[in-house]
Amino acid sequence: MNINNEHLKELENEAIFVMREVSAQFEKKVILFSGGKDSIVLVHLARKAFWPAKMPFSLLHIDTGHNFEETLKFRDDLANELGVDLIVRLVQDSIDKGKVAEETGINASRNKAQSVTLLDAIDELKIDVAVGGGRRDEEKARAKERFFSHRNEFGQWDPKNQRPELWNIFNGRKNFGEHFRVFPISNWTELDVWQYIMSEDIRLPELYYTHRRKIFQRNGVYLAWAPFMQLKPNEKVFETNVRCRTIGDITCTGVTLSRAESLEEIVSEIAATRVTERGGRYDDMRSEAAMEDRKKEGYF
Amino acid sequence: MGINGESKYKSLLRFTTAGSVDDGKSTLIGRLLYDSKSIFEDQMEHIVQSSKRLGKEELDLSLLTDGLRAEREQGITIDVAYRYFATPERKFIIADTPGHIQYTRNMVTGASTADLAVILIDARKGVLEQSIRHTYIATLLDIRHIVFCINKMDMVDFSESQYYNIREQLKDLTLKLNVGDAHYIPISAKYGDNVVVPSTNMSWYKGNTFLRLIETIEVKKKSYSLDPRFPVQTVIRPLSEEHHDFRGYAGRVAGGTFHKGDNVVVFPSMLKSKITGIVNMGQNLLEAKTGDSVSIILEDQMDISRGNLIVKDNELPQTGQDISLMTCWFNEKPLRAGGKYIVRNYSNETTCVVRSVNCKMNINTLEKETSDINIRMNDIASISIRTAQPLVYDPYKKNKITGSLILIDECTNETVAAGMIGMEYE
Repeated sequence: MNINNEHLKELENEAIFVMREVSAQFEKKVILFSGGKDSIVLVHLARKAFWPAKMPFSLLHIDTGHNFEETLKFRDDLANELGVDLIVRLVQDSIDKGKVAEETGINASRNKAQSVTLLDAIDELKIDVAVGGGRRDEEKARAKERFFSHRNEFGQWDPKNQRPELWNIFNGRKNFGEHFRVFPISNWTELDVWQYIMSEDIRLPELYYTHRRKIFQRNGVYLAWAPFMQLKPNEKVFETNVRCRTIGDITCTGVTLSRAESLEEIVSEIAATRVTERGGRYDDMRSEAAMEDRKKEGYF
Repeated sequence: MGINGESKYKSLLRFTTAGSVDDGKSTLIGRLLYDSKSIFEDQMEHIVQSSKRLGKEELDLSLLTDGLRAEREQGITIDVAYRYFATPERKFIIADTPGHIQYTRNMVTGASTADLAVILIDARKGVLEQSIRHTYIATLLDIRHIVFCINKMDMVDFSESQYYNIREQLKDLTLKLNVGDAHYIPISAKYGDNVVVPSTNMSWYKGNTFLRLIETIEVKKKSYSLDPRFPVQTVIRPLSEEHHDFRGYAGRVAGGTFHKGDNVVVFPSMLKSKITGIVNMGQNLLEAKTGDSVSIILEDQMDISRGNLIVKDNELPQTGQDISLMTCWFNEKPLRAGGKYIVRNYSNETTCVVRSVNCKMNINTLEKETSDINIRMNDIASISIRTAQPLVYDPYKKNKITGSLILIDECTNETVAAGMIGMEYE
């Protein structure tokens, strides 16, 4: 509750301001909730922004079906505790309806397919704003993202023609069928997020702390092993102490060898690291502009 | 972040950089991140691979900031990119903006949230039209601190006299534009001289390196917003059993400090009341300072809604329907004199009509143009508007939040202009 750190206080003030602008400017509002630390921080900020009233958001989870079990329980418990609606839409349904083809092969992932399910959910539920935990420090295309990011009626992002965003005046006006993505923690870095979690004592899934897990190595990245994953002949599954630095679809989320048991230990580990958090994200390694391309199609 | 390991930052500094193609802006930022060990191994690997693929002989640090596919292909910066790094002293947010005249609007965007502006000067060329333009835009947005980096010193043999020549020209400019606080540093972004590490090639320069300067400079962030201002964003009414009578006005303090017990006036109704509580998620606070996001509770039940402004009763804002402002035009569709636009200042929204264009600025020469007053994309002009409802505001020089506004096209919903109320070029 006590933030002694001046820069964290300023980032929190900014994020709460953005949350309140969202509530005032839109009708059907959701927080994109993955069960990862950034979306958990978003939920915490939303609670703060509207206390003692209930936050005016539902939680929307686009579920690839390839989850870490623990995150689903965490998700359900959190929604229960807050008394907010939890909406889950399954990528499997989009695949069954033939709207998106399942990727095949060794590196198959449903990460990209999420965009289709997300856009369908936005359409179906008449969502006009989806609040996400994207941060500009994560990735170079995200560094160009606005706080209030316009999406046309096809859900597409047009990075070369974005609305100018001046001072802290956010223009969320739109035509019917269009929507906005809003990123309240745009200006936060990974370390800021961890320091904030520590100073606010925010509860996280156990996956973020050290635990024993079966993993294997691929192209220099440690990946969590799951029964449905295909291994190359030279890849060996072994068990060791790891923690997740990000949590997403299990097929493309790298894990870090770590014995960090507490938030203090995690913060020191992050402060000393020499690899970015998305360095372990397999989905970004596909091409130089992988994220930009996915975002144009409607990705988070 | 990174290898320095220290995790308690003292403060946050937001700065903007403006520069044109080839004057080394992206290289400076790349160098700053590289030498302060804020580039991570996987990012470095990307730069190495991209430099090779683009056929560059040396490592191209500008690839770090140019993030869009088109930018990397064309080797230019199109849009504002935000970058983050930290040292044990401070945390920094960089708004990296393109410097060409056709990107004036992006420069204005980046400058609108900055405490400090960094302007690059090519040591071979001295003060050019673009240097004047960049300095003018920084002062137009009322950035009080400007750091002039005289770059490419390696290409003028690290000449002390060349540096001083340029410095004298810049001093004239800063005097003319009334820059509050100007600094000058001779650097070579490409080789790192005076960026993070003091230059061994310019022992005649005794000042700070660029990093040391921005780490230690005292930024007068709040000095211009002493009068207490609180724009209401939304009203919080839980209507739950536990908090049945709670009615909080949610917002972010836009100036000065509010205390519990303060007498306040609510605009535009001009009704008076008293602050009985300031809350932040269960915490009861005694005061809220500029920048704090809180909820304010008043003694009286009043009709207060989004867009209202709560102020302390002894320092009242201005109010009126006829407003003069400096504006930067953002849209491909030119300004329509007599045209109607939606105007938004802080959380307040109304309609306005553009009554007149008073003059257009030639931002390369700082001369006023009154003959051609057609306002197109990237133009900066003095205009007068009339609003449907009175605006409650302060002059931009006094308060950047209550003194700024945007114009929105009614048909396309695009933000077409930025406005600074009461700014005039003398």
